[in-house]
Amino acid sequence: MKTLVYLKDVVTLKLDAEKCTGCRMCTRVCPHEVFAIAEKKAVIVRKDYCMECGACAKNCPEGAITVKSGVGCAAGIINGILKGTEPSCDCSGSGGSCC
Amino acid sequence: MNSKYIIGSVPTVFGEIPRVDTKWNSSDIRNTMRVRWNVGRMRYTVDPGLYAVGNPDAESMVFVSANFKLSFDHLRKALHSLNAWILVLDTKGINVWCAAGKGTFGTTELISRIKICALLNIVNHRKLILPQLGAVGVSAHEVKSKTGFQVIYGPVRAEDIPAFVASGFKATPEMRRMNFPMWERIKLIPVEITYGKYYLILVPALFFILAGLGPFGYAVDDAWHNGGRSVILLFASYFAGCVLTPALLPWVPFRRFALKGLVLGWIVTSTFLAFDLLGPHILEKIAWYLMTGAISSFLAMNFTGASTYTSLSGVQKEMKTALPLQIAAAAAGLAAWIVARFL
Ligand code: SF4
Ligand code: SF4
Repeated sequence: MKTLVYLKDVVTLKLDAEKCTGCRMCTRVCPHEVFAIAEKKAVIVRKDYCMECGACAKNCPEGAITVKSGVGCAAGIINGILKGTEPSCDCSGSGGSCC
Repeated sequence: MNSKYIIGSVPTVFGEIPRVDTKWNSSDIRNTMRVRWNVGRMRYTVDPGLYAVGNPDAESMVFVSANFKLSFDHLRKALHSLNAWILVLDTKGINVWCAAGKGTFGTTELISRIKICALLNIVNHRKLILPQLGAVGVSAHEVKSKTGFQVIYGPVRAEDIPAFVASGFKATPEMRRMNFPMWERIKLIPVEITYGKYYLILVPALFFILAGLGPFGYAVDDAWHNGGRSVILLFASYFAGCVLTPALLPWVPFRRFALKGLVLGWIVTSTFLAFDLLGPHILEKIAWYLMTGAISSFLAMNFTGASTYTSLSGVQKEMKTALPLQIAAAAAGLAAWIVARFL
């Protein structure tokens, strides 16, 4: 099956190659193989596949990665618009589908 | 919640630790179905804390889980034939993925749960295996500096754990990838269907009532005939949005979910048109295209919440244009449909 990819050029992911030590942590936590290691440094190779989950930024020991992460779900965003806050969902958590 | 999955206990320096079964009993299976179908949005939880699988000792591996029982159940099933510990975090009954997003499956909770369960005294090694998706909420280097435990991110899916353990705790790229295969998508459909809740009764009822309106006052016959047809159309577009879209996701053109929904909604509507079921008047036909398009497009867009590859920036961008259009189309469609009653 082909890999699903969402909208082009909207992702907020950024990598500061200066700070990177090539520890590979980002390649381990990313669920969409966005990073690869080239010459002992991380590089972003599949940016449009990024779902902005934030795992890489949270686990980079050097703080080399930034991404605006949050729940990318429509219900959450509508909630946010209605309440005038950042997107948030108040699903009680049954099933995998909350957000 | 009953605790039939607990079978005896394992003695440790820190007291008796409950041992869990690695097989599912009939009530586990039944409840899994109920959760999938969203029955009563039930709370399906396990008490946070430490559990044993098999006969673990101070050298056995520690797997970390959420206290949503489905997450816990999949983990204990995957640990079949192993001796291991399971550390259950208090994620307020939410699965790993959602809880990590909210931060309840997070660094702070993990650190405090390690202390509460006296993990330092129970095991000699300093390693924890977390589901990879937990990385969204847990910062491995922070856990290491605060507790001494090294976090190893395991595979995304619990079922890959035996292979992961067998290979010496190395996850293949395949295990790290979060795919969104047919079966995963289909499992989410029941929850999507229940999304509409009481609107599923309210809106069709409204159409039944309005369908009786006509140039000669109110006609009960019309209400039955047109109302019945309307309700079938409404449900068909609902079905296009929350069943067809998830199931056919990769094969529907366009990247935007709203457009995917629109395509499928209109295909369904066109099928009705082919059988001349959209009403006699051209205005009513247009009205139906507007309404069914709006409904299935909206529901499809809602599925971005369950999908595992959509980004927040992307969904926001999509919604900014789609939502006003959907609302306008639904309103215009409804108005046109009411006007068509009098033609
Ligand atoms: S986690 Fe950070 S430091 Fe390590 S390879 Fe990735 S970007 Fe570089
Ligand atoms: S935010 Fe998530 S999907 Fe995007 S690069 Fe980081 S880990 Fe991968």
